[in-house]
Amino acid sequence: MRKITQQDLLDLAIGAAFLGTGGGGDPYIGRLMVQAAMEEGGDVVLLDPSEVPDDALVIPTAMMGAPTVLVEKIPSGEEAVASLRRLEDHLGKKAFATMPIECGGINSTIPLVVGAMTGLPVIDADGMGRAFPELQMETFSVLGVSGSPMVVTNEYGDSAMIDARDEKFMEWIARGVTIRMGGAAYIAEYSMSGADVKRTAVPNTISLGIQIGRCLREAKAGHKNPIEALLQMLPQTLYSFAKVIWRGKVIDVRRETKMGWALGYAKIEGFDGWKGVMEIQIQNENLIARVDGKVRAIVPDLICIMEAETAEPITTEYLRYGQRVVVVSVAVPPIMRTPEALEVFGPKGFRIDEPYTPIERIV
Amino acid sequence: MRIGIDVGGTNTDAVLMNGMDVIGWRKTPTTPDVGSGIITVLRDLLADTKVAAADIRAVMIGTTHFTNAIVERRRLIEVAAIRLGLPATRSLPPFSAWPADLASALGRHRYMLKGGNEFDGREIAPLDELSLRDVARDLRGKGITAAAVSSVFSPVTPKMEQRAADILAEEVPGIRLSLSHEIGRIGFLERENATIMNACLVDLADAVVSSFRRALEELRIDAPFFISQNDGTLMAPQHVERYPVLTFASGPTNSMRGAALLAGLREAMVVDIGGTTSDVGMLMHGFPREAAMSVDIGGVRTNFRMPDVLAIGLGGGSIVRDDGARIGPDSVGYELTSRAMVFGGDVLTTTDIVVAAGLQDIGDRSRVKHVSKSVIATAIDTIHRIADTAVDRMKTSAAPMPVILVGGGAILVTRGLPSASEVVHPPHSSVANAIGAAVAQVGGEVDRVFAVEGQSRDAVLDIAKQEACERAVAAGADKSTVKIVEVEDVPLAYLPGNATRIRAKAVGDLSLQF
Repeated sequence: MRKITQQDLLDLAIGAAFLGTGGGGDPYIGRLMVQAAMEEGGDVVLLDPSEVPDDALVIPTAMMGAPTVLVEKIPSGEEAVASLRRLEDHLGKKAFATMPIECGGINSTIPLVVGAMTGLPVIDADGMGRAFPELQMETFSVLGVSGSPMVVTNEYGDSAMIDARDEKFMEWIARGVTIRMGGAAYIAEYSMSGADVKRTAVPNTISLGIQIGRCLREAKAGHKNPIEALLQMLPQTLYSFAKVIWRGKVIDVRRETKMGWALGYAKIEGFDGWKGVMEIQIQNENLIARVDGKVRAIVPDLICIMEAETAEPITTEYLRYGQRVVVVSVAVPPIMRTPEALEVFGPKGFRIDEPYTPIERIV
Repeated sequence: MRIGIDVGGTNTDAVLMNGMDVIGWRKTPTTPDVGSGIITVLRDLLADTKVAAADIRAVMIGTTHFTNAIVERRRLIEVAAIRLGLPATRSLPPFSAWPADLASALGRHRYMLKGGNEFDGREIAPLDELSLRDVARDLRGKGITAAAVSSVFSPVTPKMEQRAADILAEEVPGIRLSLSHEIGRIGFLERENATIMNACLVDLADAVVSSFRRALEELRIDAPFFISQNDGTLMAPQHVERYPVLTFASGPTNSMRGAALLAGLREAMVVDIGGTTSDVGMLMHGFPREAAMSVDIGGVRTNFRMPDVLAIGLGGGSIVRDDGARIGPDSVGYELTSRAMVFGGDVLTTTDIVVAAGLQDIGDRSRVKHVSKSVIATAIDTIHRIADTAVDRMKTSAAPMPVILVGGGAILVTRGLPSASEVVHPPHSSVANAIGAAVAQVGGEVDRVFAVEGQSRDAVLDIAKQEACERAVAAGADKSTVKIVEVEDVPLAYLPGNATRIRAKAVGDLSLQF
């Protein structure tokens, strides 16, 4: 158990952008919301999954929709709490804690807002271990936890409850509701027991986000190479392998919307001894990195583009011609690499015709 | 002929130009009232060049006065921050994440009302006109004279802000209104912040603009005058009185635009070396490349279009240490003329190095005779290495590009740079800023969300470009010279109809004969 500090929030904003691998949205608004709720006296307590009783009810909370809408239509702040309360009413049981479904981007912060406003502890774990674009892409569903019943709420407290035959169809209906609600809405879903949290969640991913942000900050303050520091720190976590897969300059970025995805690519011309051009395929997040057609890293392993000098993670929307970058790839925990998991959020889940090769086996 | 003026924190510079040729220039210290400095510099300039006031056809002024007022928290007025968006947006009220001293200086008057729109133009809630009239009464009671009105998704549809403005103007006679859709782009908090900052500057804007006006009247220059804005284009004075915030980044923009003109280059790197720091930026099509990220001004997050400038600690007053191996980032700054060795001081500065090397003749050269040849050589190498690294960081391709050096410290760079195809020291480079103001153009831009579905991407981009051109002409550009200088489209993930945010910018020459 630990209390979240204001410094933790600043560190988490950086770490969550890293774990977002280009997607997930800018956590800035979420961070301000947690700060505001904490200034009103609401503490946020982070619980290790091992501290959760097996029979406790856990209700994860999140934002759903376009981060681009969120930066303009800021939430009332009550939406995610309302979704959680409505789901409690439906289940006839009070939640013991809330939890993120995604540790990359904006959704690393929404459960902290809920925690600060309700006093509920937040479980230090999530179901993606990074950022993914769709609600079925969760270790929870891969390991048999049902996403339904799910509640979607807007700023008025209008809500919809969705009980769908599977998580993919739940996602599809919820997406439609979200659009009617203005393109961004707040959800509670994947309610589960403490035992299921321990069995199905990727553990300690919020504290990992904080740790990544702190590692980069402290390295910079100590005039050490922040990326080197990060590569040394990560193997001590569940994300047991990390390496630089490219250094270079962005020479082309293309984005377009198709089938509700932000599709595109970034081309990075190597420097400092990296010869050739790396092409990173983007589908909201960075999915595959190739050089001369040869795969250098592939989803679900993390592909993070960082500013070469400052080591700031760069999100897809801020990628642009001329940036000097370092590309880091990180192995995701084993729970995300099982055949069943890869079926949902491996290359196949994104209709990519490439086999999955773990980053540590790519030379 | 026209005159360009740069009113900086330290100096007021003026330059007289005939077409694109510099006829003469002058520098004088900036005065607290702004106007008397302008009168001095213009009087001297006209006397030098023997040009009659009647021959001046236009005056263009660039100033950092408003930025400095925010940074120094001086001469700001109290503002009512009025937000239309409830029940959305309640979690982060106006002034969220502002520095406490600045928010207090503005009185922290905040009002949140029902209203705002969705991304597709639907209303979140109808404007709550009754409550707005209550707010207006409150403002009258408190004697607040300026208001910033920000409505959710107003860049998509500004109607609600306009309606609110009508009501406020009716209820609070003489109130000065700043509307967010006229100031910023998508990104609510950043746009609202900029609108509030604008509102707190309107009285100062009146004072500054009327001091400009009086200065010109006193000199019997009855030509129209314009003020340069962030993107290097011009605004009419009445526009500045309403939108002073749009001048925030005009300083670096003008110096880069001036450098482009002086060197006759449109694609180049610019290094503006001052006393303490150097600004390094890149010219694309004759305009500075813009920064992508949000920019803090006086501690407040905004999303203005600012030139992408890298500031490094290299200037004419930078302190030289370790036998020349280390330079800056600290500087003797404005005390150069008392603390540098050539001026009788005891601090070894970069200026002393170039004098000791025999490259410049400034101050008393005999005072740096003792500096050894190896220190001089090392220091000169260090200066060039610092400049070269900064240029290389800001470039967008590995191919060498021309580098234009401007500013009072430009004398420090005396050799070629590995990252440069050539190093250009244009004439009149110490007044590049005022020249940039004099050659500013008129621009128009569009930044909103378009539904692309059912049409080709190119067709939608054409609509956006057409709108940008029309706005440039409406702002005073000569139609035959207007062209698109920038187009960018960013698809919005997870939205239907292929919603895409399109930004297009058009510029043209001012439609007057000079």
